Amino acid sequence: MTDIESNPLTGQPAPAEGYVTADGRQIGGVLMDLRNITLRFGGVEAIKNISFDVREGEIRAIIGPNGAGKSSMLNVISGFYVPQEGEVWFKGYKRGPMRPYEVARLGIARTFQNIALFDGMTVLDNIMTGRLNKTKSGFLSQALWWGAAEREEIANREQVERIIDFLEIQNIRKTPVGRLPYGLKKRVELARALAAEPQILLLDEPMAGMNVEEKEDMSRFVLDVNDEFGTTIVLIEHDMGVVMDLSDRVVVMDYGRKIGDGSPDEVRNNQEVIDAYLGVAHD
Amino acid sequence: MFYREAGNFKTSYRDDGQTFPIKLDRMGYYVILGVAAMVVPFVINDYWASAVLLPFLIYAIAAIGLNILTGYAGQVSLGTGGFMAVGAYSVYKLMTAFPDLSILIHVLLAGGITAMVGIAFGLPSLRIKGFYLAVATLAAQFFLVWLFNKVPWFYNYSASGQITAPERTVLGWAVTGPAASPAAKYLVCLAFVIFAAWVARNLTRGMIGRKWMAIRDMDIAAEIIGVNPLTAKLSAFGVSSFFVGIAGALLFAVYLGAAEVGEAFGINKSFLVLFMVIIGGLGSIFGSFAGAAFLVLLPVFLKNVLVGVLGWPTDLAAHIELMIVGALIIFFLIVEPHGLARLWQLVKEKLRLWPFPH
Repeated sequence: MTDIESNPLTGQPAPAEGYVTADGRQIGGVLMDLRNITLRFGGVEAIKNISFDVREGEIRAIIGPNGAGKSSMLNVISGFYVPQEGEVWFKGYKRGPMRPYEVARLGIARTFQNIALFDGMTVLDNIMTGRLNKTKSGFLSQALWWGAAEREEIANREQVERIIDFLEIQNIRKTPVGRLPYGLKKRVELARALAAEPQILLLDEPMAGMNVEEKEDMSRFVLDVNDEFGTTIVLIEHDMGVVMDLSDRVVVMDYGRKIGDGSPDEVRNNQEVIDAYLGVAHD
Repeated sequence: MFYREAGNFKTSYRDDGQTFPIKLDRMGYYVILGVAAMVVPFVINDYWASAVLLPFLIYAIAAIGLNILTGYAGQVSLGTGGFMAVGAYSVYKLMTAFPDLSILIHVLLAGGITAMVGIAFGLPSLRIKGFYLAVATLAAQFFLVWLFNKVPWFYNYSASGQITAPERTVLGWAVTGPAASPAAKYLVCLAFVIFAAWVARNLTRGMIGRKWMAIRDMDIAAEIIGVNPLTAKLSAFGVSSFFVGIAGALLFAVYLGAAEVGEAFGINKSFLVLFMVIIGGLGSIFGSFAGAAFLVLLPVFLKNVLVGVLGWPTDLAAHIELMIVGALIIFFLIVEPHGLARLWQLVKEKLRLWPFPH
């Protein structure tokens, strides 16, 4: 990571060698760097010249009002949209235009705002599908269930069971996903993303539509994932309490522009952010 | 009570992942295999072979093939008849061009050729979905039938335009041609059915099957976790056509003996196999067998009851039979849209608890 110069465009004088968070975690160098991203749909500019970086091991939040371009930003990172202008740098290399499955192979996993699980499959199969890119056995080996195929299946299962334990969903292992309540589906989707052992985990509103208890559980899981697996997390969330508690640095977007970037406290006290998103105080 | 899993402890992930995790199921499966392989060949006669067992086994292979494509990978196909014709004409050309090679190898090669044709006709699936894809595969059906009619090379320039299977032997037993015994034909088909079901099961329980099902359930999410839609869809078309090609080859070489493409492999065949898959249960290997059994056995059964027991004239019985089969298909689809496989699953769940309600 050391060969990456800090990005002059972010406006953030973050040290090249990372920083130490308020709770004492060491954050590493730049893992992903988005430079001057502009995304247009016809005449509409969904993202206007946005730059920010994501550092190794940090929890990075993207916030903003509805329609600010947050989900479009995640879609650019995960390869659904190719921006008209700008560059995505990952692990020190500039990324060309990529299909989403190629991005997945780089080690970037994500969850969706509205759950995107495979309804016809069991929880276990859903999570096992996350191990896709860790599977090397060939077609013939799988067709005959001989040698590598079976060994890999069992190794994958062991890894998946660890994640099932971690997210406390042992009792629904063999349940078809279609039968699960909303909160559990969100958790299974997180499990599927984790099964890929990603370096960066993109969470699109992981707590949307949840009650307080479910939010608490999910927040705990997000922190634990970051802590135990060292996964870098980029999350979009509307619940300000959650965002301010969880994240190390926050990007604030409004109408496709970046209007703030910094620690939760800095963002909270930024006048432009207060005006645009948190609401202007009426005296 | 009858059907219990108490005492079945799984202590390894390998045990948990096997095809029949419950001991009673496993034993039942071995008993069926044993009877099918070692008892049936000695009691089989011409009527049972040609009316019941051969069509059931051959259509079971075709249904497994289509189930992989439609049930597991979610790509609707109406080209099954055309792909069966590819299998039949491939095996015919191979049998006449390389008479010294074993018929078993010919059938497998015919499956391979069909797989390649299937992949070629699967290419539109990368762009179009659902009904539109079904229409595209319909084009495959009509084009292939037209091709085998129009190009005399495919039927070796025979005057009738028909293809006729020459006699071929396996281990000294004739399995094709007029001299083949019912038992020999039956055993060849049984071997291919076991092979097809085993391979299909292995593929669908592993990572390849999960890729297919992921594409079926939500293609965007599948792509985001690393499924390449191109390889996933085309591999489904390939594997599916491989089995469908084998079924077509066996239907022509072992069962019919002689075939004319429009008659034997018309659009009716495509619909027949599609109905088998839908009635049996989409996304289930067992369902493929159940569907094939339902649509092969039911007409035979009805015919025997109407003509044999009730003494109706054959022409009347033939029409009534069609109506009853149609009505039963509708009935089953209303009662259980997920097919006979789901019905069987529900029965098993009830039997676990019987005679207690909970």
